[in-house]
Amino acid sequence: MTLIELQNVSKRYVLHHRRQLLAQRVASSIRRERNEFWALRGVSLRIEAGESVGIVGANGAGKSTLLSIAVGVTSPTAGKVTQQGRVAALLELGSGFHPDLTGRENIHLNAALLGYTRARVEQSFDAIIDFAGIPDFIDEPLRTYSSGMMARLGFSVAVHVDPDILVLDEVLSVGDLEFQKKCMQRILDLRHQGKTLLFVSHSNDAVRSLCQRAVWMDLGTVRRDGPAQEVLEEYGNCMTGAGASPA
Amino acid sequence: MVDASHDHLSILYNLISKDFKIRYRNMSLGIFWSLLNPLIMVAVLTYVFTRIFRNPVIHSYPLFVLIGLLPFNFFSLAWASGTNSILDNAPLVKKVRFHREVIPLSVVLGNVIHFLIQMLLLMLLIGRFGIGFNRQWFWLPVVLGLEIVFVCGMALAFSALDVYYRDTRYVVESANLVLFWLVPIFYSHDQVPRDFVWLYEYNPVAAVVLACRLIFLNAAAPSASTLLKLALVSFGALAGGFLLFGRMKKRFADYL
Repeated sequence: MTLIELQNVSKRYVLHHRRQLLAQRVASSIRRERNEFWALRGVSLRIEAGESVGIVGANGAGKSTLLSIAVGVTSPTAGKVTQQGRVAALLELGSGFHPDLTGRENIHLNAALLGYTRARVEQSFDAIIDFAGIPDFIDEPLRTYSSGMMARLGFSVAVHVDPDILVLDEVLSVGDLEFQKKCMQRILDLRHQGKTLLFVSHSNDAVRSLCQRAVWMDLGTVRRDGPAQEVLEEYGNCMTGAGASPA
Repeated sequence: MVDASHDHLSILYNLISKDFKIRYRNMSLGIFWSLLNPLIMVAVLTYVFTRIFRNPVIHSYPLFVLIGLLPFNFFSLAWASGTNSILDNAPLVKKVRFHREVIPLSVVLGNVIHFLIQMLLLMLLIGRFGIGFNRQWFWLPVVLGLEIVFVCGMALAFSALDVYYRDTRYVVESANLVLFWLVPIFYSHDQVPRDFVWLYEYNPVAAVVLACRLIFLNAAAPSASTLLKLALVSFGALAGGFLLFGRMKKRFADYL
């Protein structure tokens, strides 16, 4: 079963340098000036159920835009996106976390945003707190947390939502080594349960150990899509060799 | 694009309760602020319009003003905070997928809670100092419900506009200032010169204020034509709001 499919997807961003004020807006649309940037050009990608796909590439290659479109946070300028199943998108740790709410209240809010029902949150509440490893702080407002603690809490909620697809954007680099190990283990467990993983990372090691398949993004296009080992090797060679991509 | 598996009622509930908790968490008077604020306004307006500008027409002025003030306050607060809601929640809109409509609606409904608490206080005061309960009170849910519908429509439309035109919030602020004078809050609709009556004809906030006064002070039902016009404008605003929001929401994430 195909969970996410992108067909020939392109994404254009119009760069509006402080053009949001009405007067400027009108003026520039009369002059028909357009300063645009294509973050993705003709990307086609299929994620099957149970697959684990790592996305690699230099900064600005379009990785995050790809994820945003794949999970439906933004829509493509051209092309088609189809998606089914429940996505737990961790494009950012702790989306919707509010500093004045306690850890407990933030779990409820965050989980609801990720698509949890209240009953399910109650059910896995202890597991979430336990995994985050911050039992003493759970009834304290979030502003008293360290950034590591916040990241732990955010990650913990996402991996307990029981998603069909877990989408992670560069969030494994947070927390100490022990917590990172725990996260990797948890993701591997989810994989063994047959969950699908879509994962952006700059850590080739993480991609290698978590993903069978890797997609190498370059200048908004898919440069290479295949078995993780091969793609990473080519990507590594390119990065250490010529440096820039021979476009 | 948005999956049905998301429990949007639960998101709505969580966002409302978040706003509610944050608003009062660090205040020692808590929810009493939402009662204190209109009472202070009533005191000031009563002073100005019974002591400085004598008003021979209106009796029991404080109640008269309070009945006008509460629906107006609800409208202006909910409209203004609804307008800012998408921008205020930019991180959510950029990073999480769910029906974006939930955001402005949660802000409006959060304001409804305060409005209803204030109305409860008003009813107690009417019972004690006014003419007391009468059967026309049963019209209140209809009238207030229509106002809520209207505000929801306005919040949807203007929150979407605010993403693309950041000036929108200032337009709303100015409009609210003007409306305070153009809604019969501290004066009676009867005092409006004939030439200017049209200013109030299709103004839903004025209609709600007038209907509330009829119900609370005259024990009379709002006229059918008032209700009809109110319903028409309110549901028109709601439909327009959803339509505009639906068209504009696709590119929210790119503009935040």
